[in-house]
Formats: sequence, C-alpha cells, structure tokens
Amino acid sequence: MSAPLDLPKWADTVLVPAISVVAAFLVAGLVVLAIGENPLTATRYLLQGSLGTGEGLGFTLFYMTDFIFVGLAVAVAYHAGLFNIGGEGQATLAGLGIALVLNNLTFLPGFLLIPLGILGAAAFGAAWAAVPGYLQAKRGSHIVITTIMFNWLASVLIVYLLVNVLREPQSMNPETRAFPDQSHIPFMHDVLAAFGVEIPASQLNLTLVLALAASYFVWLLIYRSRLGYAIRVVGSNPTAAVYAGISPARIIVIAMVLSGALAGGLAVNELMGYQHRLLLEFTSGYGFVGIAVALMGRAHPVGIILASLLFGILYQGGAELAFEQPAITRDMVVVIGGIIILFAGALDGLFRRFVAHLFTRQKLARA
Amino acid sequence: MDLGILVTIFDSALRLSIPLLAACLAGLWSERSGVVDIGLEGKMLVAAFAGAAGAYAFGSAWAGLLVGIVASVAIGLVHGFASISQRGNQIVSGVAINMLAAGLTAIVGNAWYGQGGRTPPLEGDQRFGSVLFGHSALVYMVLLAVPVTWFVLGRTRFGLRLRAVGENPAAVDTAGISVTGLRYTAVIIAGVLCGLAGAYLSIGQAAGFLPNMTAGRGFIALAALIFAKWRAWPALGACFLFGLLDASANQLQGLSLPGIGEVPVQAIQALPYLMTVILLAGVIGKAIPPRAAGLPYVKER
Repeated sequence: MSAPLDLPKWADTVLVPAISVVAAFLVAGLVVLAIGENPLTATRYLLQGSLGTGEGLGFTLFYMTDFIFVGLAVAVAYHAGLFNIGGEGQATLAGLGIALVLNNLTFLPGFLLIPLGILGAAAFGAAWAAVPGYLQAKRGSHIVITTIMFNWLASVLIVYLLVNVLREPQSMNPETRAFPDQSHIPFMHDVLAAFGVEIPASQLNLTLVLALAASYFVWLLIYRSRLGYAIRVVGSNPTAAVYAGISPARIIVIAMVLSGALAGGLAVNELMGYQHRLLLEFTSGYGFVGIAVALMGRAHPVGIILASLLFGILYQGGAELAFEQPAITRDMVVVIGGIIILFAGALDGLFRRFVAHLFTRQKLARA
Repeated sequence: MDLGILVTIFDSALRLSIPLLAACLAGLWSERSGVVDIGLEGKMLVAAFAGAAGAYAFGSAWAGLLVGIVASVAIGLVHGFASISQRGNQIVSGVAINMLAAGLTAIVGNAWYGQGGRTPPLEGDQRFGSVLFGHSALVYMVLLAVPVTWFVLGRTRFGLRLRAVGENPAAVDTAGISVTGLRYTAVIIAGVLCGLAGAYLSIGQAAGFLPNMTAGRGFIALAALIFAKWRAWPALGACFLFGLLDASANQLQGLSLPGIGEVPVQAIQALPYLMTVILLAGVIGKAIPPRAAGLPYVKER
C-alpha cells in the first residue's frame, strides 16, 4: 500500500492504527449504548473476565494463539500483494490433515506423532491454499473469489467426510473418534506443574510457544531473507519484480503455500491442543478475525501479536460479559472485528489524512 | 419421474433462485460501475432482519420491505463511502460489512426480542402472500428486475455511462460526467436489490428472521455473477441453475443414479462453487470482469 502522505514512520505504523482502533471501540460503545447497556460497565466486565483472573488469562492466551496463526497467514499473503480470505477453509482442511495423521498412526510415540500431526496440518492447509495460488499465478483467476469458493468447498467437504466417512459408527455426532492420548499437545498448567509452578487450569497449551516461534520465523522470512524480499517486491511492484529476475508466479504460489500452512496452526491449537478430535465448525469464523488482526497489526509480526492479544481479550472477555450482561452476546466481538476491519483497512486513508492534518498544523504553529 | 415431480422441482427451484437473482443483479450493477461487492451477503442479512423487524412493527409486509431496503442501502452507502469517496480497498470493506452484518443483526435482534436473535414469527399481512401461481409479488418484482437491468444498462444513455465507468472511468471523467455520482447511483441500486433479496428471505419465503439466515447465498450470487459474465439475462439463467441444483439436492437425497451410485447431497451443494472455480480458471470459456472493477478512481492520474 503506497503512502500518499508524508508521515513519520512511527506515526504511520503506530499512531494511525491506534487511532483507528480507538475509533472502532468508540463506535462499538455506541452500539452498546444503543441496546440500552452501559459501555463502561461492559468494559469493566470484559477486562475483568479476560485479564482479572488466572483462568481468564489462560483462555485469553488460548484465543490469542489462534489469532496469531490466522493473522500471520493473512499477513504473509498480503506482503505478496494477495488477499487470502480463505483462512477458514485452509484451517478446516488442516484439521482434516491432523485427524488423518493422528488416527492412522496411533502406534507412534508422542514425540513423533505430535510433530507429524503439526506437519499434516501445515501440509493440508498449504495444499488448500496452493490451488487458488496456482490459479491466480497461472490462469489469472482472482484469488479473492477462488479463496471464497474454497472456503465453501471446504465446509461442504468436511460435512460429507464427517457424516459419511470419518464418523464413528456408533456415534451420532459428526466427529471423529478421539485422537490417541500421546498426540495431545500438553496443557500449559500441566507443563508448569511439572516444574512445580501452579497455575489455574485452562485450554491454554504449548501451541502458544509454536505461535510465537512462527511469528519470529515470519519476521525473519519477510524482513531478513532473500525470499521475503522477493515476496515484498512482488507485492509492491510485480513489473519491477520481473525486471529484477523474480518470477511473480512462483512467488505467488510460495506465498500462498506459506499462508495456508500458517492458517493450519489454528487447527493445531484447537484440535491437538484442546478438542482432541476433529469436529464441525471448529474454526468458528476465526479465519476472518485473522484479516482484522493482520490489518490492525500492519502485517508485521509484532503488530500481529499485539492485535491477537487484543482479540484474545475481546473473545474471552466477551464470553464473560455475555454471562454478566446477557443483552451483550458474544456477537459484539464480531461487530468490533468488523468495525476494526472497516476502520483500519478500508478507511485507512481517512485516519491517515487526519493524522497528517494534525502534523501539518503542528509544523505551521512552530514556524 | 412424472410431471408432478418436475413441476414441484421447478417451483422450488424458482423459489430458491429468487434471492440469488436479486443479490446477483445487485452485484451486477455495482461491479459494472467498477465497485467490487463481496458484501452482498451482509446487505442481504441486514435487509432480512430489518425487513422482518419492520413488518412486525408496522404489521405490514410492504412496510417491512421498505425498512429492509432502507437498511440495505444504508449499509451499501458505508461501502460506497469507503470505496468511492475514501478510495479504500473494496474487498476489505466488503469483508467488514459481512462481519458487521452478522454481528449487528444477532446482537440487535437479541436485545430487542430476547429470542436468541430471532424476530417474533410473522403472520397474516406481515408476510407476502401469493398473488399469482402461488408466488408472492416479490418474486415477480425480482423477475422484472432482469429485463429492466438489461434494458437500462444496455439500451440507455445512463446505462452506457455506468458501464463506461466500470471500464474506463478516466474517459467518462474527461467527458465531464461525474464518476463518483455514477458509482454512488450503482451502489444505491445494488442496495435496493439486496433489500429485495433479504426481505424475500424473511418476509416472503420464511415467516421471520433467523440469525445468519442468508447462509452463504450472497456468495453463491457472487458465483452466479461470474458465471453470467456480468450480464443480466445470463444472470437469470445462472441463478435458476443454482436454484435448480439446490432444489434437486433435496429430491435426489438417497437416490441412486445408474452408473454413478448414490450421489451425496454435498456433491450437489459443492457444484456452484466448483463450477465457478473451473470457469475462472478459464478451462471452459473465460470470465472477464469489468476492467476498472476494484480500482478506486483517482482524478489526477
């Protein structure tokens, strides 16, 4: 995205997104007011429920893990100039990969099975993203439309497989049998208890460490590697990339493969870390939250981690809030996500101009 | 299969294709003017909710339709403001609108009626009754929109200008015609059509609003739009085809076809998406969008 206005770098990367997020929360506050509730009380419940207790914090970090993966997935594609809105479908297929690996290799010990499960997730997510990537690169099919279609194809496919093929014969629920015990990614409270540290039990598991490692890896890749440079060149100017000897088609496919593999992390956290079986709709729309996270975090891993923490707070706090104030259901979080995407993404220019206006006034005042 | 079943299938195919058709024509207007609209789903959902709420409040289906259209146009104008005036990313804005619609309808519905996001059931005059062959007035309004769209876009000065704005806005601007004005007009027309689509769902077909009742129809409409290559009559064909697939999926359930065996319902459900991907890949024919679709217009460029 080209910056038409001259702003200091810190203003562009920190101030503009921060202002748009604050504006988003103000609008969300108006929605809360409109349905006759007090936004300040709501905010207090939200923060108390997500950060106020050890258990709440654990759940917040669990959701944060989900959002880091989908946020990174959107960001990597974004750097290549691609808009991958297929995170939902890619994570769904990754879940299928996990189930196939874990339930067919039950004889393996955990230290082999867990990495293989994660690889299965990455491979299936990558494959589901590679097809739209290939079609964009070689046939010019618009990636947005194909990834939308692939989301729906994935949801239809997973229903078919869970109802007709993978379901246990005696079970009524469309879900696979439980994954073998040794394939469960350990819960954080169990891991820390082994070191004598007691924390309250929650869904938080070691996948968080994997998410942070993936963030570091993406930072290295995008900003410190030859491939990342090629990705950014293709994203900002495909014509220049051709003159520099970079093949945009190849880079597009690679970026989508990486993006799909990262989206697979959502399935690792949800299924290997918590549910321990493959079930319908475990992605819960988080693939779309990834878009908000990536836009808010300016497609930079540090920004994505911070944005993921914010959305983790919203999701966990939102659940507690819905419990305390039933009028404010968890759909409020979806509303906030939508407003953030609108403000930080589509109306970015508006906030940028606003900040630029402040800066010029300041300069004039000094002169 | 006897004639009775065929008539039943045709009838339910028509019913199922109407919301697709209205949303598809909405997308057609918007994209022909150069504004990509993946927020069809969201606008439909908002219209379905506002339509049902309006019909319940005023006790009249027509009042409900009006409220639904106003709500849909309002959301459309948010998209228009972001993509036309602010020259923002149209895809991002569409995604935002879909999320906003899903969240807002659920939360407002829950706050107003306390029934888990549903509106109270509509009855009598609060719904559209059948006027001809067992179909409501909405069905005929949407069907009429096809020739109107074809005529206005293809045979009038306004339509020519609107299409030109989607292909080469600079040329239109040079001729002294407002690019912004034309695009806003298209976005408003799209809002009206999405309003029809949403109102049809909640006060025509069903008797009230259910959370997320559009269930992806906005995206099937998008697929149909690509299938129809952004033209009105083919849009009717594509939407009817997708409606027919949907209707026959219900009929074919558990039925065994000779040589193929039992066809899973999901295979039929997947067909619209699959066919769109194949079409976009250029394997059968080629779908070329309006040249300036998705690009904000910058005057001095």
